[in-house]
Amino acid sequence: MSVWLLLAAALVVGGVVVVALPFLREPAPESDALHELDAAERERLDAEEERDRALAALKELEADHRAGRISDEDYRAVVGVVRRDAAEALRALDRLRAGSAGGTRKDTAKTA
Amino acid sequence: MAELGRAALIVTLGLSLYALAAGGAAAALGRRRLALSARNALVASFFSTLVATSVLVAGFLRDDFSLAYVAGHSSRALPLPYKISAFWGGQEGSLLLWLLVLTAYSALAVWLARKRARDLVVWVTPVLAGIAVGFSWLLVAVSSPFDTIPAAADGNGLNPSLQNPYMVAHPVFLYLGYVGLAVPFAFAMGALLSGRTDERWIVTTRRWTIVAWTALGIGQLLGAHWAYQEVGWGGYYAWDPVENAALMPWLAATAFLHSVMIQEKRGMLRVWNVTLVSLAFCLSLFGTFLTRSGVVSSIHSFTQSAIGPWFLGFIVVAVVFSVTMIWLRLPQLRTSARLESLVSREATFLYNNLLLVALCLTILWGTAWPILSEAVRGESVVVGRPYYDFFLRIFGLPLLLMGIGPLVAWRRASLRGLGRVFAWPACIALAVGLVLILLGSGSSIPGLVAYTFSAFVLATIGQEFVRGTSGRRALTGESVPTAFGRLIGRNRRRYGGYVVHASIVLLAIGVAGSSAYDSVVEGKLARGQSLAVGDYRLTYRDLTEREGANATEIRAVLDVRRGGDSLGTIQAGKNAYSVEQQVSNEVGIRSDPLTGEDLFVIAEQVNDDGTVFFRIFVKPLVNLIWLAGLVFVLGSLITLWPDAREERRLASRYASERERTERTATT
Repeated sequence: MSVWLLLAAALVVGGVVVVALPFLREPAPESDALHELDAAERERLDAEEERDRALAALKELEADHRAGRISDEDYRAVVGVVRRDAAEALRALDRLRAGSAGGTRKDTAKTA
Repeated sequence: MAELGRAALIVTLGLSLYALAAGGAAAALGRRRLALSARNALVASFFSTLVATSVLVAGFLRDDFSLAYVAGHSSRALPLPYKISAFWGGQEGSLLLWLLVLTAYSALAVWLARKRARDLVVWVTPVLAGIAVGFSWLLVAVSSPFDTIPAAADGNGLNPSLQNPYMVAHPVFLYLGYVGLAVPFAFAMGALLSGRTDERWIVTTRRWTIVAWTALGIGQLLGAHWAYQEVGWGGYYAWDPVENAALMPWLAATAFLHSVMIQEKRGMLRVWNVTLVSLAFCLSLFGTFLTRSGVVSSIHSFTQSAIGPWFLGFIVVAVVFSVTMIWLRLPQLRTSARLESLVSREATFLYNNLLLVALCLTILWGTAWPILSEAVRGESVVVGRPYYDFFLRIFGLPLLLMGIGPLVAWRRASLRGLGRVFAWPACIALAVGLVLILLGSGSSIPGLVAYTFSAFVLATIGQEFVRGTSGRRALTGESVPTAFGRLIGRNRRRYGGYVVHASIVLLAIGVAGSSAYDSVVEGKLARGQSLAVGDYRLTYRDLTEREGANATEIRAVLDVRRGGDSLGTIQAGKNAYSVEQQVSNEVGIRSDPLTGEDLFVIAEQVNDDGTVFFRIFVKPLVNLIWLAGLVFVLGSLITLWPDAREERRLASRYASERERTERTATT
């Protein structure tokens, strides 16, 4: 058997070991379930994306206006809507967090 | 040694198949260890491909002509850099390079995104593995680089036109671009498969897309420079199918990079974005198919092979899969946000997208027409340069104007407000247009329009930097260099984008100058005779011959004069490669760094009596095209440079509830 074939065999064995590694490391785990976002986490993620989007829009609008890229007229026409969106996104996130904190408190009380 | 190479490719195929099957099962059944195992298989497939690559490179370096691929593409006399680049000089090596880049990108992409988009990566793994299966299958079963033959004393050598420094880098960059588009595609498909159509796939792949797009852009420019120097016809882009094959995914990716901003800022165009990213990837497969299958005749297609049907099947699978996934997830991709005004930043980005996609599809139609006409009518009809030039003017010139998009307000802008913002750039553009007419540039209307539009966009970009810097100085009291540096540092995407726009304008000026205002003269000269072109006069002085490393180099030496001044000599001729039994054109180029102009000499025919038939060009501003490449890289690097504040914000957004709780408990 040539040295190349030996190396090829080693490569196959190496591949198998790497693939089997998660099972070798945890032969009997407590849970083998994938971490999936639950509905609440997804809702929070959507709300945070919306908040970041709204705040970034407001920040960019202010910067563009300050730098003279956007005229006073255009700024006045848009700034109200952008501020309203930002406030609404923040309120929505607050509502979600309040709901989630309430849920957590209830869970803790039940466990106790 | 061939056994190791073959085994490594079989291991890659096995690992990819496992990653596809186990990854798909883990994602569908929600099995954590199986998902990790599939991810490990995908990462390991890179290392086994690296082993196969090393074996082939070693074959070239050791002149191992028992490998049929090495014997067919190398020789003992081939200089070292070309022995390495001969690796991708043929089909099998190119496919192996594709697979190497793909597995490297895949391993890195899933590894880097394992925390931020954990549940998405689970679905991304089988998609990337599916692509790797396609390529590793081709290499194992259809077109292996490790086929052996009885070793010959010497190889057949490398195609002379590939023995050029640009060919060492051009294919690598092109493949980094083509294959890089697989990453955003896989994440988009992962998002659709998992039903998680939030912004994570976009955020995770933003840099990947820019890296692939930049590499594809650089690859094309290197290829254009290669064609300019090596092919010897006096141009750099000929609308050749293989050239178009690289341009199309780049155009689609450019559209995607712009439209994705609308999704990030306004939550709009979700369907359009997944469609564009799929289009870009499928076009990159189509590009590889055109280059590798030999289905169309091209000066860049160096192979005729049997992989065409396999590749076509691969493209069909990718298209059907993408369309099906988009169709199935349409309800989740719909958004309530609407375009509020036709005069707004999102509207200008949309116009830019429509122009880019229209140009891309027009080129696709022209490129595919020879294949379609042969399939339908039995004869291949090639679409000529006028077709492409016409659509480039129709879609490309307005596209140039789209560089002003970032200066229009989001949501809606008034025409009066826009007039105020663009007043100075418009005045400068008009002044430039008038001066050019007075200087006689009105001989080409498209050229004049291109220059005027370019002046407008460049003035707009310049105004942006000036305004931004002075605005920052007024706010912070910083010095001009500090304010300028921080302005760019704090807004990398915006100002990097401006620099890229400036590079496209430079490119347009270079293309317009060298194609609309060039001069050409041709004629047969005996020693002592002259030809005049533009302001130059060239006198054929002598014919020399010398032995190079692996070729006989014949050069005609010409004296160059402009006005009454001598500018030295220029040499053009031919190389006769003995091993390859081929002759290549070696052009003479004299660049003027001040004007960006080239004097370009082709020795078309060297006769036994010492006379030479010359074709001589003067190409104004052509060097701006190559300068545009450097500016393009600079702009891309600015955009790509990581922003720590942005990274922290995203890390916080994508941290799971459990991680947040743990972090709060720790602090």
